[in-house]
Amino acid sequence: MIEFLIGFFTGVAASMGLGGGFVLLIFMINFTDISQRQAQGTNILFFLPIALLSIIFHTKNKLIEWSVVLKCIFWGIIGVVAGYLIAWFIDEKWLSYIFAGLMAVVGVKELFHKNLDNTNKNNRIKTLYFQQYYN
Amino acid sequence: MGIKILGFISGLLNGLFGSGGGLAAVPLIESQGIQPKKAHATSVALIFCLSIITAIVYFFNGFIDIKSTISYIPGGIAGAVTGTFLLKRINNSILRRIFGAIMIISSIRIFIK
Repeated sequence: MIEFLIGFFTGVAASMGLGGGFVLLIFMINFTDISQRQAQGTNILFFLPIALLSIIFHTKNKLIEWSVVLKCIFWGIIGVVAGYLIAWFIDEKWLSYIFAGLMAVVGVKELFHKNLDNTNKNNRIKTLYFQQYYN
Repeated sequence: MGIKILGFISGLLNGLFGSGGGLAAVPLIESQGIQPKKAHATSVALIFCLSIITAIVYFFNGFIDIKSTISYIPGGIAGAVTGTFLLKRINNSILRRIFGAIMIISSIRIFIK
């Protein structure tokens, strides 16, 4: 049951662009006894079916620029191998600290982000006001 | 040059942390002149392709617990569908701030553990 709930919150966060990649990792690192590297591996496998679902949805809506994906792939694979080698060679404790550092930066960015929804809403209201005024 | 850096950094984060590739991918794709909605969707496709490679590397080194991954997937799919539904209906700004606070608290926990 707890796995279903954690999976659920991760799925919600991921599809809403709330940093879903971190939710399952945070749970596994803080509340289970698996290692940082195992948590990362489990997280990446979990991501695959969820992402596939999103890709089907986004492809139907013609939102994916496959030409950009194809151009990035080669250097992306080199990056993956380099990233894995770093994760493999450094001490697991330091890997956790680097991960925590990245998460703190993203957390601060998210906590103090500018609410563009409200800005857009305000702009819409202003536009409507001026349209009414000039009509 | 930009596109090579974009691919490399996304892959580096993916291989290093098993997540976080999207953090670099979305703004870098946007810098190629692609609108935000398309950049978000394109980043999912890019990270998906890179994650297959990462998953293979992690799997062959014994860092994937398939049994526990499977136990999270049904909830994950239900959550992804729910999130897509909610995205159109609610302002996610407050949720983003809550998640931000959770991330900061969790990172502090890791440092003092």
